[in-house]
Amino acid sequence: MFGKLSLEAIPYHEPILVLAGIVGILGGAALLGALTYFRKWGWLWNEWFTSVDHKKLGIMYFIVALIMLLRGFADALMMRTQQAIAAGGSAGILPPDHYDQIFTAHGVIMIFFVAMPMVIGLMNLVVPLQIGARDVAFPFLNNLSFWLFAVSALLINISLFVGEFATTGWLAYAPLSGIEYSPGVGVDYWIWALQISGVGTTLTGINFFVTILKMRTKGMTLFRMPIFTWTALCSNVLIIASFPILTATVAMLTLDRYLGMNFFTNDMGGNVMMYVNLIWAWGHPEVYILILPAFGVFSEVIATFARKRLFGYHTMVWATIAITVLSFIVWLHHFFTMGAGANVNAFFGIMTMIIAIPTGVKVFNWIFTIFRGRLELTSPVLWTLGFIVTFTIGGMTGVMLALPAANFVLHNSLFVIAHFHNVIIGGVVFGMMAGLTYWFPKAFGFVLDEKWGKRAFWCWLIGFYVAFIPPYILAFYGAVRRMQSYPNAEWQPYMIIAFVGALIIMAGIACTVIQIVISTRNRKAYEDVTGDPWDGRTLEWSTSSPAPFYNFARLPVVGDIDSFWSQKQRSNEQLDNAPYTDIHMPRNTAAGPIISIFAMIFGFAMVWHIWWLAAFSAVGMLVSFLARVFNDDIDYYVPAAEVERIERAHQQRVEAQA
Amino acid sequence: MQQPFYWRRAGTLVLLALCLLLAGCSSALMDPKGVIGETQRSLILSSFGLMLIVVIPVIVMTIVFGWYYRRSNTMAEYLPDWAHSNWIEAIVWLVPVVIVAILGVITWKSSHDLDPHRALESETAELEIQAVALDWKWLFIYPEQGIATVNEVAFPVDTPVRFRVSSGSVMNSFFIPQLGSQIYAMAGMDNDVHLQASEIGTYGGRSTNYSGAGFSGMVFDAHATSEEDFDAWVAEVAQSPDTLTYPEGYSELAERSSFHPVEYFSNVTPEFYERLVSSFHTGSDPDTDTQDAPRAPAIDSNEAYQTTDNQADGEAEDGQTISNEAGE
Amino acid sequence: MATETLHHDAHADDHEHHDAGATKVFGFWVYLMSDLVIFGSLFATYAVLMRGTAGGPTGADIFELPLILFGTFALLVSSFTFGMGVLAMNANRVGQVKMWLAITFVLGLMFLGMEIYEFQHLIHEGYGPDRSAFLSAFFTLVGTHGLHVMFGMIWILVMLVQLSTKGLNDMTRPRILCLSLFWHFLDIVWICVFSFVYLMGVL
Repeated sequence: MFGKLSLEAIPYHEPILVLAGIVGILGGAALLGALTYFRKWGWLWNEWFTSVDHKKLGIMYFIVALIMLLRGFADALMMRTQQAIAAGGSAGILPPDHYDQIFTAHGVIMIFFVAMPMVIGLMNLVVPLQIGARDVAFPFLNNLSFWLFAVSALLINISLFVGEFATTGWLAYAPLSGIEYSPGVGVDYWIWALQISGVGTTLTGINFFVTILKMRTKGMTLFRMPIFTWTALCSNVLIIASFPILTATVAMLTLDRYLGMNFFTNDMGGNVMMYVNLIWAWGHPEVYILILPAFGVFSEVIATFARKRLFGYHTMVWATIAITVLSFIVWLHHFFTMGAGANVNAFFGIMTMIIAIPTGVKVFNWIFTIFRGRLELTSPVLWTLGFIVTFTIGGMTGVMLALPAANFVLHNSLFVIAHFHNVIIGGVVFGMMAGLTYWFPKAFGFVLDEKWGKRAFWCWLIGFYVAFIPPYILAFYGAVRRMQSYPNAEWQPYMIIAFVGALIIMAGIACTVIQIVISTRNRKAYEDVTGDPWDGRTLEWSTSSPAPFYNFARLPVVGDIDSFWSQKQRSNEQLDNAPYTDIHMPRNTAAGPIISIFAMIFGFAMVWHIWWLAAFSAVGMLVSFLARVFNDDIDYYVPAAEVERIERAHQQRVEAQA
Repeated sequence: MQQPFYWRRAGTLVLLALCLLLAGCSSALMDPKGVIGETQRSLILSSFGLMLIVVIPVIVMTIVFGWYYRRSNTMAEYLPDWAHSNWIEAIVWLVPVVIVAILGVITWKSSHDLDPHRALESETAELEIQAVALDWKWLFIYPEQGIATVNEVAFPVDTPVRFRVSSGSVMNSFFIPQLGSQIYAMAGMDNDVHLQASEIGTYGGRSTNYSGAGFSGMVFDAHATSEEDFDAWVAEVAQSPDTLTYPEGYSELAERSSFHPVEYFSNVTPEFYERLVSSFHTGSDPDTDTQDAPRAPAIDSNEAYQTTDNQADGEAEDGQTISNEAGE
Repeated sequence: MATETLHHDAHADDHEHHDAGATKVFGFWVYLMSDLVIFGSLFATYAVLMRGTAGGPTGADIFELPLILFGTFALLVSSFTFGMGVLAMNANRVGQVKMWLAITFVLGLMFLGMEIYEFQHLIHEGYGPDRSAFLSAFFTLVGTHGLHVMFGMIWILVMLVQLSTKGLNDMTRPRILCLSLFWHFLDIVWICVFSFVYLMGVL
């Protein structure tokens, strides 16, 4: 009846998990209770869960990502604690099985459920506004994408309390992830969480690709698009081209595990190297999916706060395109040590280094944007400067790893760990923090507290170096990744320093939480009614904050790069007095959340081999999708009078402020 | 207010440089004991130095420009529409291109010179050692000497050694940091790496590729000895009462264990390594039944805890076998 | 062609109102490209694992070309009949569209029947997907295509219902165009499967 699921699947023998479970249940109960008490369920469902508004979806992506960041960071702290203790014969506090789950979960969560939703959330919030569109091309699919992601995040967290998570490392290399070596349900949780969220990500990729190509406002040619939109476009091209590889690869692993097939088994003709190749053919583009939009954020931030046009716009665009293309022909650098011939290794090594050229050019362009500018040292700018320095160092260690002959001694060592945290924290995290601070007023109508933002930055920056210089050094002593314990007592001081670094980063996360709380509490004082708190350059700043649900009462017409800036330069009184027109908008829909809930039940049922439930939820998905297909009432018109009323109210607020 | 920002940044950098210098003195990779490792050290250092040509100016420019062109400095030039300069564009493309071109040549040359499959040039005859990754220990077979060991390997100094590397289980990676290059160990695949020690000593070795619960205990000692000591060591192993047969003895050895004690086998079934590698190639030959034996149903995850208990006692020599029965 | 057909219905005067039908068809194109990557991965896997027969049968041992040829023709003809359906849609003849869709459905059913028979036969012989890596890759590649055909057929049924209840309108027209793209796409993929898997396997 319940497949492999029994009460034994609940890990009551693990005090940490029991504690986390109790806190989770109490917290969840408190939240649900509060929602019921304040009668907010209807509001939540109608205004948020079923919303097809890209701005609200962007906010929801960020909320889930921040929650998952706390979970992923808790994993990181436990890992650092374990390694700070488990030296010279000590077993530490976490047994291997638990420790292995933690580092696997840490990697999976941070990449798929923190970095990805932050990047996608930012694209949601910003891209349609930057291109002067009312919404994305496929608003319903956008909602569905979010919910598929959200339920996968939930599925990952369910694995904490029901059963176990994978103990294979975040990419679940076969044959370790095969049924023979990982017979538990951990890898199955990994499989279904990735597949469900992967479908959502692919849909997002298609959606935003079409949005950017088809929904730009009048006059916005490709080479007048803001850089963030350009990087989002390239990122979505990468999603469209690479996520299907992940889907296919994980599907084959699934068939191996569920139907006894032999794609990636040691024997029966299976090929383990095939798995490693395929997973990295997705995995390498994936890191550029994350970093390109971060590059876009820095470009916007640095131009805005230097009060100056971005240096070398066209170079920036072509460099982004070059990186996009090159990212598909470097995957082998993740396993030079597999034993491929010298020619193959050298080719992929050189290709990898070539990526450093456009990346280096971008760095110089940011620097020359500051040159002859008037740089305001706000917290987004601090994140950007911190990024340039940190990322450059990370790029350098990346090139060292790209030398196949050097990689033979650095591969799988803590050097790799330090390197990719160097570029992911220094690049993606700093970028998302800069983006969060920069576009927060656009989403909520008030700016974030600068003091706490700067504190967060300093904690992250210092914490990063304290936490990740020791692993760089330890690699030279032969320390490798994923060690639950190590016999070498002389490594311990470095591990303790790294642990302290993690604590400093934790203080940084706390600063961000405090920053959001304080700013929200004092939102009257931090209010921005102009819609343009930073004296911005691109279209998103031309509408009010928070932007009305239709984004623009009249669609803007673009004649330039940084068109809003040049429009402000020309004159302010050139007001558009054309009458408002009816605005065509998509209706909210419950189909996204309902299909996704069925998808989660399907995933859970598949994990535990509860076949009847899997069949039931599969039919549920199909039926709820068909119900959506047969529903014709999916859009409506906002009457011109209503638009006028909203716009007038906004103008009155601006005037009252002035 | 902004002043400390730069000092702290500079402090961080000094700290970074210091740490790297300190690390340089005594670590395994910076103090290699073999020709491969030595070449790799100079490769790492020269690529590091080469890239500093770009990295240092970038960091300095970021800090100097960020400070000089700050909002409050109205003395600084301000050209809000200045966004293009052919000269600057040319330089920022050219410098990385030149550096990457140099690195590319280095890459091509070093990839071939240090190709792990390439035999080392030497007057001394090459010694072949077969290394098999098991859950979670290393089996070393000396085909010429007809002996085998677990978690200990020895070879004469200044003699080129060809390690043929394979796995009887999941993917691992064979690595002796002070000698240089690692290589993946994969079931059914006959990989190899050529190494040579230049100094007598005992060097730590391990698997670097995560392979499951007992991975942390997959460590071994590599002894680079004099010719005489090596012969004596071989003679000592040959004295051992234990022998290793294929497939029966292998099945027993392949059972899961971590921090496995050193074992000596005075005799090994001929073609042991080749038979093990090819056992994964056939789906239906008569060997199938026996070949399945070592890869018995995997353990319940909780049993893996026992590696820790064992290790907690600090008695690595007392390596405990995690058998399927252990938890039942 | 697809885009032109749709432009008749668009509000040409309204620059704010992006042509929803054309956007849908374009979006579907992009989806098909991403689906193509899935097939590409499966083809690549098949190419690598082709020789991994593990002592089991090779392609030449098990492929029954006449049967496959029959299914192939059914699918090729179905592409033609779908094309006729789209022409009928452009001429605004709902009845004819439904007829051609129904014929396409039957041809799809014949193809799928052929494939189910083949799979069932192979498994019965002991050559199931768990027998060897080659068979895993074969079943998965061909089966994934078959699964797509099955979804295409469900979609045809949905369209038949919608054509009966709603007729041809701004909602159903782009859907039929997308479906036709999907169907032709599956045809092209099948031609690759046929030449790469079956023909080369037998040779």
